[in-house]
Amino acid sequence: MPFIWALAMPSNKPLRRPLVRALCPHLLAVLSVLVLLPGMVGAQQFMSTEQFLKGIFPGQVPAPKVVWLQGKIKERVEKVLGHRYGKLRVRYWQQGDTTAWILDEVGKEQPITVGIVVRENRIALLRVLAYRESRGDEVRHRFFTRQFDAAGITNDDRLDKPIDGITGATLSVQALTKLSRMALILHQHVVRQNP
Amino acid sequence: MFLKPTFLALSITAVLAVPAHADEAGKDTLADMKAAIDKQQQEIDRLKEMLDSTANAIEEQALPASQTTIGGYGELHYSDTDSGDSLDFHRFVLFFNHRFSQTTRFYSEVELEHAIAGDGEPGEVELEQAFIEHDVSADVKARFGLFLVPAGILNETHEPNTFYGVERNPVETNIIPTTWREGGASVEWHPAGGWQLDAAVTGGLDVPVTGGSAYLVRKGRSGVAEAAADNLAFTGRVKYTGIPGLELAATLQVQDDVTQGAQDVGATLFSAHGIWHKGPLAVRALYARWDLDGAAPEALGRDEQSGWYVEPSYRLTERLGVFARYSEWDNEAGSATDTVREQWDAGVNVYLHPQVVLKADYSKFDGILDGDAVHLGVGYAF
Repeated sequence: MPFIWALAMPSNKPLRRPLVRALCPHLLAVLSVLVLLPGMVGAQQFMSTEQFLKGIFPGQVPAPKVVWLQGKIKERVEKVLGHRYGKLRVRYWQQGDTTAWILDEVGKEQPITVGIVVRENRIALLRVLAYRESRGDEVRHRFFTRQFDAAGITNDDRLDKPIDGITGATLSVQALTKLSRMALILHQHVVRQNP
Repeated sequence: MFLKPTFLALSITAVLAVPAHADEAGKDTLADMKAAIDKQQQEIDRLKEMLDSTANAIEEQALPASQTTIGGYGELHYSDTDSGDSLDFHRFVLFFNHRFSQTTRFYSEVELEHAIAGDGEPGEVELEQAFIEHDVSADVKARFGLFLVPAGILNETHEPNTFYGVERNPVETNIIPTTWREGGASVEWHPAGGWQLDAAVTGGLDVPVTGGSAYLVRKGRSGVAEAAADNLAFTGRVKYTGIPGLELAATLQVQDDVTQGAQDVGATLFSAHGIWHKGPLAVRALYARWDLDGAAPEALGRDEQSGWYVEPSYRLTERLGVFARYSEWDNEAGSATDTVREQWDAGVNVYLHPQVVLKADYSKFDGILDGDAVHLGVGYAF
């Protein structure tokens, strides 16, 4: 930052032209090297489902269950998402009053995969497992997802605490907020059915 | 349709409760019932498998089959100004994107400006973006092609639902020449959570050197249409978003010669901005300044072109937000005379949906400008 400020000063005009002449070829060289590197597989996959679940259930990961989206619960989920949900069932893992959910929602155009743990009707952990959008991946960091910790849901299916957004990542923030509300709704539903 | 476990248990209990002295017929009945239950259980298991297969098939059909996606945005403006009223479908934009693999993607943006393009028509069709993005790692991306220069707030994020005011603010129109795109290569690096560094080598501006628009940076955008590329530009940006609701960023662009060989005019852009929103309250502020070398720009006072604005806003409800903005800019800031332009704006955004917005605002011009204007608009993004 001080470097940028220093270069911006009008008194440093003589420095700028040699700088641009020096930087342009070097940056092009760096980019060329980057392209020659072997392509990574799943570079935007930060954590697998298995890794996430092992972290939540350290002893033994319980067998997965499914909840069918029907009737009132389907209506609530689709109202939160703002569109039809493309699946008939949602897979989850339950141990006592703790449930874990792996959910997808499109931010701008690609699905964001999120792992959400709900305990006693409050979010215990929200983690972005895979982010595929071009911009807005700041939402994957804990400094952002930490805001969801301990969030519950109100009677009208909204979070009971505010989530501050990130400029330029509005749609990704909305996607994560929707999924957190969806996980809380489903948790309430399955815990009521299987206490 | 299925036997409930409780019913099954009761049935079995009832059968087992038959006295030990039951006759052979009773034993046969028990065996028959057990066989029937086993058969029903097999049928249940088979039906479950069929149900799962059917659900899988339906869900697979519901998933997007293509890696190619389409999006877009648009905005219609009504303006009542001192020079007359106008109605303009200002921008109609379509995105066509394709995902080659998990790490390599294509993004494009095609824009029709002012509704009708062609000879003698006010509009034009422009390629706003067309680039390949490649993930080198989870924290490093490279881009190649025609992309938006990483400068200012609106240049990269300008869908109408993301900002206040029907028209874009004058500082990011006249000083940072939004929408500003260039052809070249860039790298984006996230060294730590919340930090982003960008570096780009691109084609540069090609400003006119004569006439009323001489050395005006906005007039130097080539649109990457058979553009002169004798003098490239380097752009660097550092951005911090490590605290939810906060964005701080600074950009420096240096270019050898913004006249592409016609004269010898080196130029530097420095811009910095901050955005802070907490709950319903938000504030945006931006400063930008160009310095152009050489005697010719200096003679016109265009060796320095700068501006700034501050914009507080408040979201009264989820669907209604209000804002005010003060902007000040000067494309002849190097001249001895007062050439500052000022603009006050106040207005409202009404969100029919988070991505569909109705806008209204009032603008008052001051400084060397005079007059006022009312704007109405509708915008969408998907």
